[in-house]
Amino acid sequence: MTATTSTTVREFRLPDLGEGLTESEIVQWHVAEGDTVELNQIIADVETAKAVVELPSPYAGVVVRLHEPAGTTVDVGAPIVSFAVAGEYDGGVPAAGEHGPAVRAVLPGPSVADEVPAKREPNLVGYGAAIEKGGRPQRRHRVLPPSTPAMAPAGSAQVAVMAQIPSPVPAAVAPAPSGRVLAERPRSTPPVRKLARDLGIPLDGLQGTGPGALITRADVLAALAGIEGSAGASSSAPSLPSQASSPDPRQAAHPAAGQTRIPIRGVRKHTAAAMVASAFTAPHVTEFLTIDVTPTIDLLAELKQTRAFEGIRVTPLTIVAKAVCIALQRNPSLNSSWDEATQEIVQYADVNLGIAAATPRGLLVPHIRAAQSLALADLARSLTALTETARAGKTSPADLSGGTITITNIGVFGIDAGTPILNPGEAAILAVGAVRRMPWEYQDAVALRSVLTLSLSFDHRLVDGEQGSRFLADVGTILRNPAMALTMV
Amino acid sequence: MAQDGILPGSGSEERVEAPGETAGQTGGTVHPGPSRPGADEPVQLIDSSGVRHPHDHYDALVADVDGPALQKLYEDMVVVRRIDAEATALQRQGELALWPPLLGQEAAQIGSGRALRSDDFVFSSYRENAVAYCRGVDLADILRVWRGNASSGWDPYTINMATPQVIIGAQTLHATGYAMGILNDGADAVAVTYFGDGATSQGDVNEAMVFAASYQAPVVFFCQNNHWAISEPVGLQAHVPIARRAPGFGIPSVRVDGNDVLACLAVTREALARARSGGGPTFIEAVTYRMGPHTTADDPTRYRDANELEDWAARDPLARLATLLDSRGLLEADYTDAVKAKADAVAAELREGCLSMPEPAPSDVFRHVYSEPNSWLERQQDHYERYLASFTPAPQEGPR
Repeated sequence: MTATTSTTVREFRLPDLGEGLTESEIVQWHVAEGDTVELNQIIADVETAKAVVELPSPYAGVVVRLHEPAGTTVDVGAPIVSFAVAGEYDGGVPAAGEHGPAVRAVLPGPSVADEVPAKREPNLVGYGAAIEKGGRPQRRHRVLPPSTPAMAPAGSAQVAVMAQIPSPVPAAVAPAPSGRVLAERPRSTPPVRKLARDLGIPLDGLQGTGPGALITRADVLAALAGIEGSAGASSSAPSLPSQASSPDPRQAAHPAAGQTRIPIRGVRKHTAAAMVASAFTAPHVTEFLTIDVTPTIDLLAELKQTRAFEGIRVTPLTIVAKAVCIALQRNPSLNSSWDEATQEIVQYADVNLGIAAATPRGLLVPHIRAAQSLALADLARSLTALTETARAGKTSPADLSGGTITITNIGVFGIDAGTPILNPGEAAILAVGAVRRMPWEYQDAVALRSVLTLSLSFDHRLVDGEQGSRFLADVGTILRNPAMALTMV
Repeated sequence: MAQDGILPGSGSEERVEAPGETAGQTGGTVHPGPSRPGADEPVQLIDSSGVRHPHDHYDALVADVDGPALQKLYEDMVVVRRIDAEATALQRQGELALWPPLLGQEAAQIGSGRALRSDDFVFSSYRENAVAYCRGVDLADILRVWRGNASSGWDPYTINMATPQVIIGAQTLHATGYAMGILNDGADAVAVTYFGDGATSQGDVNEAMVFAASYQAPVVFFCQNNHWAISEPVGLQAHVPIARRAPGFGIPSVRVDGNDVLACLAVTREALARARSGGGPTFIEAVTYRMGPHTTADDPTRYRDANELEDWAARDPLARLATLLDSRGLLEADYTDAVKAKADAVAAELREGCLSMPEPAPSDVFRHVYSEPNSWLERQQDHYERYLASFTPAPQEGPR
């Protein structure tokens, strides 16, 4: 470029490097202020939601300012670097070996930033819906045999723009032995792949005996027997010679004899995530109350004789549910949740009463909407319907979210008490123990009575010991003598 | 830009033997019948170390490709790789919204593209920018759509190539339809359609092959098997080589080393000759590799092994031809300097064309939908223009 008298300062704004990105992180600058750069010289590494990419300089000139240090996350459209560019592009073809800077009088690129809504979640083309974070890898790695270690580590494998431009001189040509065929994924069928994955047997060590070297179920089972055999005998030849003896890290995932490895997914995975989130965000307090519920049991017997309750299943749990609804009206702080984002405590008018249900899919907590508004018979019907629907696996997602308090009936397993973990977002959970005939103080003497233990956990961030205790006492009072409900409503 | 084939008087395709005479040759020749041993082995004339191997059948098809013609092929590949790199840089600089790199597929595109006659018609996907280059496209026209500047890059009839089809595989139907038109016209042109391995899973491609076979239409199905349908490896959707599918439709097929520009030229010429002589469609599977991302918005390291990339880097289409040229003393500094200068000039032209592209007016969106004006559309345009005008401040000269 011929010498010119003036220079112009050009800002380079962070472009949308993917499709629909709103921000990117500057991982590293490859230039410093004062450096002279050529057109398309790599000036920075930028990490987007999709990839780490290299930024080629849009100008030839001198870097006058780096607007953001490395490590900063920058909005698309924000200036990141300014260049002093010599003169204006004259439109001619630059001499060989010299790149024309081709500057424009306007800032590069349509200024995307102004149009980007503030909180738009980038929906990236070609990637479908956002994947759940923290789970198992979405794709299994294709493990290939090590290739010829001739070339420099192709670790980043990003498009190094200028580096890819061929030098016409074939200096870098390092021909590998031709005809080397890329390893394919071992041939098998989906059910067998699943079996192998469940058993932790890598297919690429197996020799298929099916048609076209297809790995069959028998092959996988034989390999498993080989591993187990070798684990037992520790010397006999395993059927996975290379795999079993190599320090392959995947070996760690092989089940030893007597172990079964079950992939964590579905309800199990969600339960685990919910419990961890709950246990480590809400400080739990658990209180216990053991009471004589003989009057409740008598009441249940009476109800069963009543025409209004004909065909309706009423259990101690029904009365507990009703008692909880009544007690919550007197102690509303237990029917609330902690909103960390807004720094508010949300109190609910309705009691959306969650019932922990053991289903074939795992633990589900469907809930009864506005349970406080239901008469006892309706509440009983709803409870029956709720658990039946859950066990049939037909609970709708709407019935699984939005609960405000939970009852877990551990009594059905013959258990007395425990320290339940809160359903995330709720302030309290009540575990109902088994009703036992026990010697108990009754009218100043020891008698055989129906006794039950209640275990209440609550979130101490928003429920103090006083409210928690009062609530538990209220529930206990009703169960001890259902007529006492009259004093509470 | 050169539009002709690489050869002086590029009508050499007509000299090719009739297709019936070619069957039964060794090494990857057409196999309409049951597959034979070795038929899956791609046709290769220049191996990855740059050694030219003789071939019983295909040598005759490229007998005219002498030193200067090979040099021209090499220049083409260097230039299109440079175009690709420059466009990738433009995207990183915010000048293009998106770019689908062809890095690694230069030989498949140049070899086939240079076999075409100017009256042949190309229906491609969005990655065939090297084919467009062979057709003589104006460089800036390649970028218009990716800059969001136009709905379409060029007038298809100026270069006899449709603008890139983004819908996967749809262009195969267009090509077959065009080829049926050629039959009706009694012409000897050929429709050539380019698509990828992923597209072969689409219904469109299969329907196109049914029609092409039924009508014996003069269409060449040029499949660049670049091993990745975005993130899905080809093995997932093709348990046998893709080329083996075509005989099931009654279409002869051939596998070719897609990184061998000479072999690609040879097999394409053969297919074109068959089509011109009434022999109907041919399916070519060019086995190549997408060295870059699917598009600039993709990160292939998430789903593919770096070793795989290394393996294919060793089979680079440019490097092997450079080695061959060098071994024949055809890679002197004068020549390489000229190639570099050409690539630099083309890159500069591309960049300048991109940056100087006029921004379309908002109302231009109404201009290219209907060929004739209609009152309904005019009313919409009128409303839209008045809506846009509402954003400009009112003139200040009136009474306040």
